[in-house]
Amino acid sequence: MPDEPKSPSPTPDPKQTPAAGSAAASTPEKHSAPAKPAGPAALPWDSPMVSRLKQRYGSGVEASSYLGQNYMVVDSSVVAELLRVLRDEERFDYCVDVTAAHYLEREKQFDVVWILYSFALNERIRVKTMIADGESVDSVVSIWPAANWLEREVYDMFGIRFEGHPDLKRILLPDGWKGYPLRKDYGIIQQDQEWVQINLGIESGQ
Amino acid sequence: MTDQTTTDPRRYLSHLELGEPDKTFLDTNELVINMGPQHPATHGVLRVILKLDGEKVLGTECVIGYLHRGVEKIAEHRTYTMFNPYVDRMDYVAAVSNGLGYCEAVEKLLNVQAPPRANYIRVILAELNRLASHMLWLGTHALDIGAITPLFYTFRDREEVLKIFEKYCGARLTTHAFRIGGCLYETYDGFEDDVKKFHKFVTPKIDEYEELLTTNRIWVERTKGVGSISAKDCIALGVTGPVLRASGVKWDLRKAQPYAAYSEFDFEIPTCENGDTYDRYLVRMQEMRQSLRIIEQAVGKIPDGPIMAKVPKVMKPPVGEIYHSIEAPKGELGYFIVSDGSTQPYRVRVRPPSFVNLQALDLMVRGQLVADVIAVIGTLDIVLGEVDR
Repeated sequence: MPDEPKSPSPTPDPKQTPAAGSAAASTPEKHSAPAKPAGPAALPWDSPMVSRLKQRYGSGVEASSYLGQNYMVVDSSVVAELLRVLRDEERFDYCVDVTAAHYLEREKQFDVVWILYSFALNERIRVKTMIADGESVDSVVSIWPAANWLEREVYDMFGIRFEGHPDLKRILLPDGWKGYPLRKDYGIIQQDQEWVQINLGIESGQ
Repeated sequence: MTDQTTTDPRRYLSHLELGEPDKTFLDTNELVINMGPQHPATHGVLRVILKLDGEKVLGTECVIGYLHRGVEKIAEHRTYTMFNPYVDRMDYVAAVSNGLGYCEAVEKLLNVQAPPRANYIRVILAELNRLASHMLWLGTHALDIGAITPLFYTFRDREEVLKIFEKYCGARLTTHAFRIGGCLYETYDGFEDDVKKFHKFVTPKIDEYEELLTTNRIWVERTKGVGSISAKDCIALGVTGPVLRASGVKWDLRKAQPYAAYSEFDFEIPTCENGDTYDRYLVRMQEMRQSLRIIEQAVGKIPDGPIMAKVPKVMKPPVGEIYHSIEAPKGELGYFIVSDGSTQPYRVRVRPPSFVNLQALDLMVRGQLVADVIAVIGTLDIVLGEVDR
């Protein structure tokens, strides 16, 4: 069967080293396990906006640029305020996407990523923060209503809670489903058997 | 039925702040009804729970996920090359655009550039696909609100696009036309002639559609002022594509952040002012003409040269993250890819235009009639394969 899971057990694939987690950090070469022929490195990103934000939030903001794309890694304690500043003062009026990634081996397991765009500046940036399992982040629905469904999807797939979301519930999976499929410890053919049996009346969805 | 989700539709409406129904001498009752998931006008398996006062819509709630296949999870268990055909199954009426966005995102991650000839082929096929997608939209949208004839016309003409696709890569719908690094297939003998012939054939056809609808009184009455949305609301809700442009925002990723070979062509971004269903219709009709313009320019000067960049057989992009987006027929289609240096992506996130645009449905239909809900779902041009992924 072609859909054989790569790693059905919770232990992650050995290839997926913790290095992936620090991909965005400023020193990716140091952590990546097999010393690859150096790919393009993340460069520091400096702009008037970045220095304004750094002045305000100090070391909570780390700005870099990778392959010409700018992003910031922000401490989770200031991220909500920073996002509001980005909309109100830096004119990032369009929230393109809210998403996340799971790193099982890290202490702070989740990356939450906001992709923002400014129509006035024709510029796209990413804001990233790291949180531990069980921690929540502030919802940005009050800043960008577009985040409503996007945050629901992140909740649905990763189980990350967004504080202050008007109606945080599952969106793609059924309400009663157990588990968060895009977590790395959720196998590719895993399913909520109980839900399938009760609601679909079949033994298994596979 | 033991399906938990159908037991009490009312609970879905918990967050909607709904006003009291109008008081008349006949006492009115609010009515909660289900539209879909199996309904011809929902263009797939979309379920909309409507709260109605008579025929007036007080609020809606979309229930989606019926077509969820876990595309993003699948990506984590496939190599970069193996995942390529899966993206075609999201927005299956614009498979070429899906593939283009994915291939370009991975190319960025690998830091390679597709050769110019490949970029021209990509532009031609992507624009042909935009035409096919818009034609399908027009036919079904018109059918939904009572005009049956355009469906036959648009499907007849869309067939010509699909024939070109079939000749080029063997597939009509889920084409898998491009590969990471360029194109796998060289253009077949007579490709340029076919495209030119198609251009000549379809240009008057678009006038024909417009003749049927643009000044048709029934069409105008069914679409003018229906489902209006302002530019400010569009931006706040993240709505992109023709819907945004119909509200007056002149923004198109092909111009704002050109990809493939789009910077080399001369074309306009059609916009309208009112942001209603009629304006969205006009914008898409104009877009079809602009697509033809791009095709005409591109097919005349496809450069010679290789169609594939040098990419390793086993792709291991360096550790890093990338976001790349393109202007798909429905709006901004983005791919956020995280590489951990292995042959498989660590995380692929698809930013689907249909999913985000569908959020605007509630705002657009409040206070309108049930029949207008059908019109607005049609005009949003959603594909449920992409909404649910």
